[in-house]
Amino acid sequence: MQISVKTFAQTREVCEEPQLSLTLNEGANVAEAIALLGKRSEKWALALDANVLTACNQQLCDQDTVLRSGDELALFPPVTGG
Amino acid sequence: MFAVIQQQDFDQGALYKQLQQNAHNAAAGNTGAIVTFTGLVRDYNQSGNIDGIELEHYPGMTENALLSLVEQAVSRFSLTSAGAVHRVGRILNDEQIVWVGAAAPHRQAAFDAACFLMDMLKQSVPLWKKEFKGTDEKWVQVKATDDQAALKWMQKS
Repeated sequence: MQISVKTFAQTREVCEEPQLSLTLNEGANVAEAIALLGKRSEKWALALDANVLTACNQQLCDQDTVLRSGDELALFPPVTGG
Repeated sequence: MFAVIQQQDFDQGALYKQLQQNAHNAAAGNTGAIVTFTGLVRDYNQSGNIDGIELEHYPGMTENALLSLVEQAVSRFSLTSAGAVHRVGRILNDEQIVWVGAAAPHRQAAFDAACFLMDMLKQSVPLWKKEFKGTDEKWVQVKATDDQAALKWMQKS
């Protein structure tokens, strides 16, 4: 199955991929998607070395969340608005 | 209630009137207090002067997260209305960056709700701040005091 991945802020600047399409096994969870992203490049490994939060379809999620085909997975650092 | 993410500056007076009108429409005659807060860009950080900041957001999620927070505040503090506006993009020193407002029958709920909105906004709304000085740029790191402020609301019933 395919999902789309988006990155923001430091995570985006370090991995240098604002968005991409990722192919995963059916039933894969967020942790498996992150493991696969970490193997894409050294830049991705470095980006994921920091504290990274995840959102599935624009809702914050944990790494146990099971992904479905077409989902939008976002990765970003802790927020600093206000 | 309202929640807005925008690049342009905002008019506190217009937002106050919008909040007052929303509160009137929701419960005419029941608003005894309105508390508003406006955040500005300081011209310094922990290591010296800065020239300004830039705010990045996650289009869609940021708007929804801010609206959800406003809805939580209305429910939790029995407000007659509430609103929040946050700017994104490049913002210079001394400019306005964020506004929250809470309308309630009594002042304590309005004060508490404004604090809740700001403390939780800094923890749960996808916004990322970068500081500029000359050609240098630096992402702002999360402060432990901000996390503690949000945790305080999560622990209260």
